[in-house]
Amino acid sequence: MKASAFAYARATSVGNALELLAAHGGKAKVLAGGQSLMPAMNLRLISPELIVDIGEIGELRGIARRGEVLSIGALTRHVDLLKSPEIAAHSPLLTKAVAHVAHPAIRNRGTIGGSLAHADPASELPACMLALDATIVVRGQAGERRISAKDFFKGIYETALAVDELLVAVELPGVRKNASHFFHEFARRHGDYAITGLAAQAVVKDGIFKDLRMVFFAVGDRPVWSNAVGELVNAAITPALMAHISAALREELDPHADQQASSAMRRYLANVLMRRCVSTILARPDLDARAA
Amino acid sequence: MRAPIPISLCVNGERVDAHVLPRLNLADFLREHLHLTGTHVGCEHGACGACTVRVNDEIIRACLVLAVQTHGASVLTIEGLSDSGEVADLQAAFRDRNALQCGYCTPGMLMAAQDLLKQDAEPDRKQIREHLSGNYCRCTGYQAIVDAVETTARLRRERKS
Repeated sequence: MKASAFAYARATSVGNALELLAAHGGKAKVLAGGQSLMPAMNLRLISPELIVDIGEIGELRGIARRGEVLSIGALTRHVDLLKSPEIAAHSPLLTKAVAHVAHPAIRNRGTIGGSLAHADPASELPACMLALDATIVVRGQAGERRISAKDFFKGIYETALAVDELLVAVELPGVRKNASHFFHEFARRHGDYAITGLAAQAVVKDGIFKDLRMVFFAVGDRPVWSNAVGELVNAAITPALMAHISAALREELDPHADQQASSAMRRYLANVLMRRCVSTILARPDLDARAA
Repeated sequence: MRAPIPISLCVNGERVDAHVLPRLNLADFLREHLHLTGTHVGCEHGACGACTVRVNDEIIRACLVLAVQTHGASVLTIEGLSDSGEVADLQAAFRDRNALQCGYCTPGMLMAAQDLLKQDAEPDRKQIREHLSGNYCRCTGYQAIVDAVETTARLRRERKS
């Protein structure tokens, strides 16, 4: 289908974009790369009255390191993230994840800010933001707000972003010593939205988890932070403990069913990912017995 | 603001000036306004890849870009790519290997395959599959397409050496 009619304004600066959003509120929609917005409009899932195109705002582009923190402008495209040596060195989890975000032609347009503001619970980047303990920087006419990724995602396509605010950047904190990561997703076709996925960031010393942040996606209405796996931290990892964590994770998750997978299948796949994550990060193939 | 908006861009090396409604996407602009119907429209939501074109030397989905967003840009469609001879060998390899039947996906496949070959002279089959993962073909089962891309890469390397 085709998008219904709308008015179009090309914002010339962040200030100009905020003026337009303040004037039109919920009737306006921000267009960044458009790789989620355009499908939604073409399918007539949404019909905004005004499109505020922020694509030409140069100040929202680019990756900069400030001390330990890596700041990524909202308009930084997936292809830029994928090819960035700074990101590969600072947060390799993100490099790994972006390779799973859609397909080359979409990665050439889609942006990190667009993906996060869209907040599809099956998408990769929101989960990575939680795993990496990112801060989402949003700006309104009243000023800037800095929101922890953990508090940013509120539900399906819902975030803490107000209708008159613009997501301007994300900040990734410095990576700790002995950090490692894991990313994997199951999808029908490489690059499709995940059926179930896992982004994880860990600190490991002498074969023991000192920190473990596991965030599942496509198993709830937002990225799902697992508390259950917390018991793996500072513990000797045995098959018995893994069985215990598996059971706890099954309890913790309450995935939806859709045409791609039942709730039970998603729970099962999340467990497979959890085990694969632990065994991969610790280099312990013995722990990758299939979830019962 | 709903009125037509003037845009000026370059399409297949020629300057184009037009007035377009904001809702018009690039694929429809190319097909309906410029009659460049080699750019195919399949799903209109970014899943099938039939509308793949180049904008500023990068492949994109023409159904997921508004015509107004291409103001000042350089667009290359399958017509331009074909006329320039850049993919003549790739097209021949598709034909020789029967890598197309109905041909609906072929312009997008050629665009995506050539994009890969520009970046990587020696892609393996997995990389070819990954790069073409965004392009659906409902006829061939993909094997022949991967074969044709692999063959083209090999022949280009042999020609160079």
